[in-house]
Amino acid sequence: MTTAPRPDVSPLTPEESAARHEQWEMVVGLEVHVQLLTRTKAFCSCSTEFGAPPNTNVCPVCLALPGALPVLNDQAVELAVRAALALDCKVHETSVFARKNYFYPDLPKGYQISQFDQPLATGGRLVIGSSEDGADVAVRITRVHLEEDAGKSLHDRYAGATAVDLNRAGVPLIEIVSEPDLRSAAESAAYLRLLKQLLEYARVSDVSMEQGSLRVDANLSVRRRGESKLGTKTEVKNMNSFAAVERALVSEYDRQISVLESGGVVQQQTMLWDGARGRVRPSRVKEGSDDYRYFPDPDLLPLVIESKRVDRIKREMPELPAARRDRLAQEYSLARSDVDVLTATPELAEYFESVARAAGDAKAAANWVMGDVLAAVNARGQPLETFPVRPDDLGTLIGMVRDGVVSRTAAKRVFTEMMETGRPPAQVAADAGLLQVGADDQLTQWMDEVLGENPREAERFIAGERKLQGVLVGLVMKKSGGRADPKRVNQLLASRAQQGK
Amino acid sequence: MSIRPEDVRHVAHLARLAVDESRLPALATQLASILEHMEVLQRVDTNGVAPVEGVGAGSTPLRPDSGPPIPLGHPIESFAPEVRDGLLIVPRLATHGEEEAERSP
Amino acid sequence: MSSSPLTEIPVRDIARGVRDGSLSARTVVERAFDHACEIGSGAGGLNIILAGNERAADMADEVAETAQRTEFAGRLAGVPVALKDNIATLDMPTTCGSRILEGYVSPFEATAVTRLREHGAIPVAKTNMDEFAMGSSTENSAYGPARNPVDTSRVPGGSSGGSAAAVAAGLVPVALGSETGGSVRQPASFCGVVGVKPTYGRVSRFGLVAFGSSLDQIGVFGRRVDDAARVLQVIAGRDVRDSTTADVPVDTYYSAANAERLDGVVVGRPAEYFPESLDPGIRSLCDRALDALRERGAEVRDVSLPHTDLAIPVYYIVAPAEASSNLARFDGIRYGLRVPSERGLAGLYEETRSRGFGPEVTRRILLGTYVLSAGYYDAYYRKAQAARTLIADDFRSVFQAGVHVLFTPTAPSTAFPIGAVTDPYEMYLSDIFTATANLAGVPAMSLPVGRSGGLPVGGQFIAPHFGEAKMFEAAYVLERALGEDAHR
Ligand SMILES: [Mg+2]
Ligand SMILES: [Zn+2]
Repeated sequence: MTTAPRPDVSPLTPEESAARHEQWEMVVGLEVHVQLLTRTKAFCSCSTEFGAPPNTNVCPVCLALPGALPVLNDQAVELAVRAALALDCKVHETSVFARKNYFYPDLPKGYQISQFDQPLATGGRLVIGSSEDGADVAVRITRVHLEEDAGKSLHDRYAGATAVDLNRAGVPLIEIVSEPDLRSAAESAAYLRLLKQLLEYARVSDVSMEQGSLRVDANLSVRRRGESKLGTKTEVKNMNSFAAVERALVSEYDRQISVLESGGVVQQQTMLWDGARGRVRPSRVKEGSDDYRYFPDPDLLPLVIESKRVDRIKREMPELPAARRDRLAQEYSLARSDVDVLTATPELAEYFESVARAAGDAKAAANWVMGDVLAAVNARGQPLETFPVRPDDLGTLIGMVRDGVVSRTAAKRVFTEMMETGRPPAQVAADAGLLQVGADDQLTQWMDEVLGENPREAERFIAGERKLQGVLVGLVMKKSGGRADPKRVNQLLASRAQQGK
Repeated sequence: MSIRPEDVRHVAHLARLAVDESRLPALATQLASILEHMEVLQRVDTNGVAPVEGVGAGSTPLRPDSGPPIPLGHPIESFAPEVRDGLLIVPRLATHGEEEAERSP
Repeated sequence: MSSSPLTEIPVRDIARGVRDGSLSARTVVERAFDHACEIGSGAGGLNIILAGNERAADMADEVAETAQRTEFAGRLAGVPVALKDNIATLDMPTTCGSRILEGYVSPFEATAVTRLREHGAIPVAKTNMDEFAMGSSTENSAYGPARNPVDTSRVPGGSSGGSAAAVAAGLVPVALGSETGGSVRQPASFCGVVGVKPTYGRVSRFGLVAFGSSLDQIGVFGRRVDDAARVLQVIAGRDVRDSTTADVPVDTYYSAANAERLDGVVVGRPAEYFPESLDPGIRSLCDRALDALRERGAEVRDVSLPHTDLAIPVYYIVAPAEASSNLARFDGIRYGLRVPSERGLAGLYEETRSRGFGPEVTRRILLGTYVLSAGYYDAYYRKAQAARTLIADDFRSVFQAGVHVLFTPTAPSTAFPIGAVTDPYEMYLSDIFTATANLAGVPAMSLPVGRSGGLPVGGQFIAPHFGEAKMFEAAYVLERALGEDAHR
């Protein structure tokens, strides 16, 4: 038997690892870059559309042609302020754009327009849970600032060459920097999931790590538990999914502990997550070689956002996750655990509420949405917005079950059919002959047939073996193709047994 | 503040300028003699004086989130040194995998 | 052959003639080209022109045709204009006097050029300049030094030396230049023409290749005050493509074209611009000009701008710092020169930039990178920007105290021989009287006030922000008062 390469170089047994974690505390702060949902770029009118042919969404400004100048996109400001407010930040009346200078082939100007010592917003928080006494556990947000994205470098397209596509260059981003308040990889992942959810609710971004509209860097240090002084931190980069973030943090945490336990010191450096090898490795670029020479961008005046505008954005803020959870729990009397599932994304919450309204039955709506709908949506792998069963139709179907027009079993078949054809439930049920049959003539005929085909069971049942009733109802339902009203079949069977005596 | 040859080397690297080792001392002397004239500033009291930051008054103007972009009068191919399939071509970075990650946006 | 080229006709008269059909736009343009050939304005001669516009004659016909067909109100109909080679044009290369942009043709046009064309002006040529506008003599051009038409052994000043010389040589009645620290006014002074640097934010920088963005401004050269005023009139105003243009109404700059007197106007004479060491020839010509202003009713008042001596140190921190960042885009990737290297991308960057930039540009990039780098930012850049506030405050207090315009010499010397100034800092001192206006963002202009040792001397008016109209008024009156003396 050959040994597969170990995904993790940590030679620790689970027990050793647990002992370590008892001694050493992980301290993490995250820097998250999020693309804003604007139609055009931050400083020019080029489209931000994803997936256009290379270098087609470009102009003199984002190509950094000699003589071109930046002009700030109003909507980028709007969304950045909205995000900052959603994160409970203080939005500053005056913020200043600064140039961050460095050379890279996909950075056309040789500098990135960002914000440095006067950012858009500071001092926010994101609640990531609650303590045993019910108090909020929050991660402090250091700052939210507005900046532009770089282009894309493709290293594997041509042998020996790097190919540069500048379609993304200049797309507006916000950078969200947290304080080092996170204490584990799981907590960091929870923070990221809630941050993503918040930004989705605030409708400021697609927040998709796959499409690169959300990117995460981490600062990590360790210290002995009980210690209040922070250890030397490293920066961990190159993580392309939330799962990768968790694994990378654990890997770097273990590495730092090993260094310290063997009497070494942690070097301040950049570590890169190597997903294929499942571990972090130090970057080869010398520390200190990145002197960004920030200075205020003379092509742009300071950004002044009047308090009137901030107030208006606050007023128009879409309902955020916490508020939505509270409202759903109250308005529909749902369990907290159900609410958490139903509010995972704003689209799902929206969908649920529409179904609930149309059905007039929140419980049934919740069950359907959390069960069949989510299962089907996940299986399809398509966004909920394109799901063929529209909430009104699902609401109607739920009503039909309640009113006995279709059976629960038949409803599942109707739902499947609706998913395939997008047709309304009444039509589907009628065409497929799934409308529930409650007429005694038909039901008695099916019952007689079943009893006739199963004489031994029939005899025992009539003789008083009542536990066979369930089996017989099932057989009737089967014979009816799911159309029989099970309640009435039960009654008919019970009275037959009565008569038989 | 005197400027040393190694400072010139560092700054030249930051600016991506190749400066011959043999020219470093001369350049350092030249830059130092220019910077000497700047020393007069250290004697000026600028306490409480706000630095010029962006010329002019008011907020930077904002543009609506709509097109069209400023057009290119002739295509990228007409001015770019090397283009393939619409992509700008440069020599591959020796450490490409990591430099990609190094650069924080 | 006419001894007086058509281009010596005032701008106002060319436009009027072309509009009413009494003057052929094509003839005006062709005459400009003929004259350029006669005097040898290209390489090997004065070397003030880097490229001519092959479409100029056709464009002239189009303008004439439009004027015939419609009620075309082009204020500059048929006026040939030369453009400094750092102003983006579609029909001619834009090299900035640099190897790194040799042959580069911009795929878009500067707003100022578009506005000129919309008013019927014909861009006829691109003019030589110090590489990326870094210099005060037009000797730092990758395409060789330009010569002063007044004395071809001397520099025309710089960095807009080619544009100043083109007007002085009679190739064009007007030209655009650019200023970061005196680069229009100083060559105007050296060549004996009018040069105007508007208020920062008055003219769009869109399409002007950036040097020091917080200082850069397109300026205008003219044979006379009126020529320059009429060109500035057309290019001034807010541009949505330049965030730093001001949303301030544009005054009429030529409304005082016939003014004779300056009664009630207070002209400040700042002591710091008339030091003991000032060249006596320049001093006496400036004194004569001040006398003329008094005679025309102006009150000349002694004032002080105490932080003037900080201007050059501040300028040579702020401008190189911004330049080091502005010139990072010249990396051999998207346009311009690319020098391949065996050292891959790192080598490509360094080889391209080292071979593409000349010594002065390299020096300023190094200087600018140094003053912005970690550990030096506060001592240099932040300090300089604070000192800059003091310089601006000097102007503010003088103007608030009732002074309408200031009058000073434009430059501390007349045109010097090519090759005479070799120390960089000595060269920087050419801008000692001009850089202040760039740092404060106020408008200023130079106009001829006479000759010293046979060489032109310029006098400078400086006005408050957006006070161009008052500045032109003073200049119109002084020009008229001096008459032919301005060129003697
Ligand atoms: Mg960033
Ligand atoms: Zn663009």
